[in-house]
Amino acid sequence: MSELHDVSHRAELAPGDVDVSVRTRVLGYLVGLGLAVLLTATSFFVAGTDLVWQPSIPVAIIVLAIAQMGVHLVFFLHITTGPDNTNNVMALAFGLLIVFLVIGGSLWIMANLNHNMMPMDQLMQMQR
Amino acid sequence: MAAGALARGYDPHLTGLADAGHEGPAPKRIVTGFGFWIFLLSDMVMFSCFFAAYAVLLGQTAGGPTGAELFNLRNVAVETTCLLLSSFVCGMASIAADVSNHLWFQIAMAVTCVLGLAFLTIEFREFSDLVARGAGPSRSAFLSAFFTLVGCHGLHVSAGILWLLTMMAQVFAKGFRADIRRRFLCFALFWHALDIIWVAVFSVVYLLGSAA
Repeated sequence: MSELHDVSHRAELAPGDVDVSVRTRVLGYLVGLGLAVLLTATSFFVAGTDLVWQPSIPVAIIVLAIAQMGVHLVFFLHITTGPDNTNNVMALAFGLLIVFLVIGGSLWIMANLNHNMMPMDQLMQMQR
Repeated sequence: MAAGALARGYDPHLTGLADAGHEGPAPKRIVTGFGFWIFLLSDMVMFSCFFAAYAVLLGQTAGGPTGAELFNLRNVAVETTCLLLSSFVCGMASIAADVSNHLWFQIAMAVTCVLGLAFLTIEFREFSDLVARGAGPSRSAFLSAFFTLVGCHGLHVSAGILWLLTMMAQVFAKGFRADIRRRFLCFALFWHALDIIWVAVFSVVYLLGSAA
């Protein structure tokens, strides 16, 4: 307990840390759960509905997923923009960079290869 | 905020000189938490490779079933509910650990464990159902990528449950010692991070798969 509330000697926060009363913390988790459920329900609804313009559905699902990951990071993992959290945020930013390079790069290169490759039946004929 | 930074010594280039004589190195739990956060990020990078493989192989069904024909969104909704609630209850366990309340800690951890097991049961039934219908991982490149990605998340949840039970036993046997608290901090981070991965899985694999 004393360790938890001894803010003056703390240089920064570990991920998952917060310095507030139990009541506020429970409330924080409840808000996080509420937002997460709301976003999840919206994306399940959007995936199955005919009410919205069909080509917008994949984009909507991706945006909702990214928003929900943000909610989880802030309310559950407590990665915030506070000055005490700089190291954690910098590590997260680097992780995101790698994730986007891996996913975006793979999709880009493979789509390009697919596009430039001869259709399979022609390829088979050439090999004869 | 700025005042707090000044009080600790303004040190834009992180030389550590401004703080000399005032503060020692960061407490051990902060170093531990940061290190584990780095591990979690590397885990997410690993998952991003599986996601990239899945996205590239999405169309390679080799004449077999596509995602839209296989996925049961009702199952996925139940799985998602289990994981979201377990993440919330795990948060309650963190609070109980911080106020050293043994009873609530064990109750919250037990509920987290039950919800995680419910998730694993549903996922296992889904997998065995797919294999029984001839849509196992060897059917097509798409299904290989699907089983690798979703199965890897399932393996992480299984490992998380083993860790969870270990934490319950350790807290029961040794109490809320500083080292046990650090281990629990890492466990809570792990459990919440699995939820983030699951958000990506249900959105990219199941929702996009059945919408497309």
